[in-house]
Amino acid sequence: MTTSIAKPRVRHPGLPVNAIGLTRRDYEGSMSTLCAGCGHDSITGAIIRAFFELDIPPHRVAKLSGIGCSSKTPTYFLREAHGFNAVHGRMPSIGTGASAARRDLVYIGVSGDGDSLSIGLGQFCHAIRRNVQMLYILENNGVYGLTKGQFSASADIGSKPKRGAPNRQAPIDPVLLALTLGATFIARSFSGDKEQLVPIIKAGLRHRGFAFIDVISPCVTFNDHEGSTKSYSFTRNHMREVVHADFVQPQTEISVSYAPGESTAVTMHDGSTVTLHKIDNNYDPTDRDAAYAYIRARQNADEVTTGLLYLGKGAPEMHDTENTVDTPLAELPFDQLCPGSIALGQLMDRYR
Amino acid sequence: MKVNDFAFRIATVNGTGSASANGLLMQAIFRMGIPVSGKNVFPSNIQGLPTWYEIRVNHNGYTARTPEFDLVVAMNSSTYDRDVADLQPGGWLIHDSTWPMPKALDRPDITMLGIPLAGMCNEAFEGSRERILMKNIAYVGALAALIDIDLGIIEQLLEEQFGTKKRALLDSNYRALRIGYDHARSSFDCPLPIRLEKMAPPDDWILIDGNTAAALGCVYAGATVGAWYPITPSTSLMDAFRGFCERFRKDPDTGKNRFIVVQAEDELSAAGIVIGASWAGARSFTPTSGPGISLMSEFIGLAYYAEVPAVFFNVQRTGPSTGMPTRTQQGDLLLCAFASHGDTKHPLLFPADPYEAFHFAVDAFDIAERFQTPVFVLSDLDIGMNDWMVRRFQWDDARQPDRGKVLTAEQLDEIAVFHRYLDVDGDHIAARTLPGVHPKGAYLNRGSGHNKWGAYTEDSDEYIEVVDRLKRKIQSVADAVPAPVVRTNDGATIGVISIGGCDGAVIEAVDWLANRGMPTDYMRVRGFPFPASVREFIAAHAIVYVVEQNRDAQLRTLLALETGVAVNSLRSVCRYGGLPMSRKAVVDGILEQLEHPAAGALLADNHGARMEVPV
Repeated sequence: MTTSIAKPRVRHPGLPVNAIGLTRRDYEGSMSTLCAGCGHDSITGAIIRAFFELDIPPHRVAKLSGIGCSSKTPTYFLREAHGFNAVHGRMPSIGTGASAARRDLVYIGVSGDGDSLSIGLGQFCHAIRRNVQMLYILENNGVYGLTKGQFSASADIGSKPKRGAPNRQAPIDPVLLALTLGATFIARSFSGDKEQLVPIIKAGLRHRGFAFIDVISPCVTFNDHEGSTKSYSFTRNHMREVVHADFVQPQTEISVSYAPGESTAVTMHDGSTVTLHKIDNNYDPTDRDAAYAYIRARQNADEVTTGLLYLGKGAPEMHDTENTVDTPLAELPFDQLCPGSIALGQLMDRYR
Repeated sequence: MKVNDFAFRIATVNGTGSASANGLLMQAIFRMGIPVSGKNVFPSNIQGLPTWYEIRVNHNGYTARTPEFDLVVAMNSSTYDRDVADLQPGGWLIHDSTWPMPKALDRPDITMLGIPLAGMCNEAFEGSRERILMKNIAYVGALAALIDIDLGIIEQLLEEQFGTKKRALLDSNYRALRIGYDHARSSFDCPLPIRLEKMAPPDDWILIDGNTAAALGCVYAGATVGAWYPITPSTSLMDAFRGFCERFRKDPDTGKNRFIVVQAEDELSAAGIVIGASWAGARSFTPTSGPGISLMSEFIGLAYYAEVPAVFFNVQRTGPSTGMPTRTQQGDLLLCAFASHGDTKHPLLFPADPYEAFHFAVDAFDIAERFQTPVFVLSDLDIGMNDWMVRRFQWDDARQPDRGKVLTAEQLDEIAVFHRYLDVDGDHIAARTLPGVHPKGAYLNRGSGHNKWGAYTEDSDEYIEVVDRLKRKIQSVADAVPAPVVRTNDGATIGVISIGGCDGAVIEAVDWLANRGMPTDYMRVRGFPFPASVREFIAAHAIVYVVEQNRDAQLRTLLALETGVAVNSLRSVCRYGGLPMSRKAVVDGILEQLEHPAAGALLADNHGARMEVPV
């Protein structure tokens, strides 16, 4: 259905199926049109695996994006999910509206550093404030790809472009920003580390409220060279995982065990469990201020802190705050919405 | 002697609580059965700047704004000069004689009525706030004596407002009312030669503002998601929506809300929320004003191209830019008709008063969903924020929302494959699906180029096929928008076309001219794209005037664009200073351009010179 060659949709009889009888292939989308080796495609793979492993029916998912390379990716996963490719930087408002209308769906938004941190910075911040029930993935490569390699707002000071002068403006770090704004699920990962990323995506999908994952996702065409701070090699050499998350579905035995005192089990609102394994014992993913200070300190030492960096107590999401009915508003029957002629007549009497 | 046919104005300082006193006056006159209108001419300010409230009564039902005042209550010393100057010869000026009125302002052709309002209230009440507030009620009392407003009705209204729970406040109001009333009775010859007389009780009439009416329309249309960013003069629409929902939209068992109102971070976000909610299947809307539409434009283009329903209320104010936020205008016609970049065109509805604001609000959702496109209800500050005397709204319980072509899970089960933009029925409207309903219904909603199958395209032919269908689709809305209203006069060769809140002034002007031997036919357009009857009306008249409230004749431009008539063949009457249209302005605008032997004499008559008019 795209300009690229579609993969055959024949199901291999040997493919493993999940609890609802679907294979991984059923969670794929059309062929990617991104550059070969693009970090975004790896994230798409992680998303597919997470949804497959969570047994989520694809058509119960709404996938949203803005504009840019990252925002093309919802085409490449969950072909049976409705998608909304919004205008540049405005995906959070589409997510807010869709969630307002239909709270029963699983929402995943995919954005980029240009989409979220420049043109859409306001919308990103306010979706966090409203605590919209959605997983928000920021595919962060430090450059604008489709317009050929301009720095984005996440580019680090001193990061070198392919041509021209190094970046001199201070970066906007979405993780620090989300910490400041009160987000209750904040993670950073790397497109090249699926073992870290997949459990975080799964946990984020099960989090109550707004879940945010910043994924360093190198741009092989414009920002993967020597001197770039968002390249594959820089990220591999400078990333420091401080907390490793394991995600366990409800009613599943927790099989991974860590030494006592190093890990915390957190129960999500649907009964699933996230085990936070501290790799750095000095890091506490439930202390917002300490997390902020730690990440800043590591940043000053040229390190990229990764993992499920903050997991707070579930704050009320938008529908809790607004006290809306449990039935999705879009499904309420008309007779529950229209007060009718008698009520109108009584009301009219009040305007006499 | 003028009975039930005059206008008066109250000049106060913003933030002194005069609004409720002025509303009280309006409501009391309304309850006396006399056709009345009130225009609040207020500043963009919270406290301190001058504000005026204009009340016109007319037994014939002509309640358009008039700039000719027979009486002024001058409570603001900083506008004394203007208030004195604006008074009609022979008029009366009520002022607070606690302080002297500057001698320089004296006019020999008016009567000054000094009442020591502040002095009396300072004596009767404690505390500065109460003293200030009661001064307002005291002038209401004085007016009751001077122009014969039924005191019993005012007292009744106060009782309804304060009830028994706020007994002390009610008593203060009663006392203040009497202070003004008694003083006027004992000092002046009451009533004045301008006075009121009860008429038949207004059974079928209500007094309501357009924003409240539109909000109620949203409730009756079944809208569940409202998103907005506060902006004058649209704010009270969302306040009213929330208020009605608190009353009508609570789950009786759980007390939970069957609605949601999201105050967005800006208008861009408000538009996105509306479009996201509509895409997900809820009826959704945003109230805004011109600056908001400017900000929403990118999203409006997306909704047009991706075919997502959305309802926008544009309560117009004076532009461009921030303009005059508390003054009215019809300056956003072209903006809304073609909002967003690229080729777009949007259905517009033009209510003339709160009655139509209610009914058109309901229609807007049906049109938006049936045609899967953004729809604009173009109200304005005058309609939205002022109280109007209109017929009671009606509701037919058999009416069901027109949700348009939305495929159900069962329908999707039966078809082999779903294509989002395929015109299966040949009516230019493709069926849509909602998220979460069925795997077969999935598609990627996008503002980027797409073909009729719903897939991304950069192919010229595929692109053209879709946008050509969109053009035909929007054109077909012409038969779904409310039809124009036509008033004919025997022998008319002149046509007048107008829009929205100009209606009252134009009707009055058309009648005024007809009564003086100058018959005209009048068509009020109520929706865009224009139905064929609009072109026929233009063709049937030798001369056509287009009356509107903007500088650049935007309605005339739209008429010329849509009907193909030469733009210069339509004569333009434009008033755009920010105040509602008046009969006087319409008559002036027509006669000044009319080559007719009687035009000069009629013009003089329109300005009050009682000349013999040749018939």
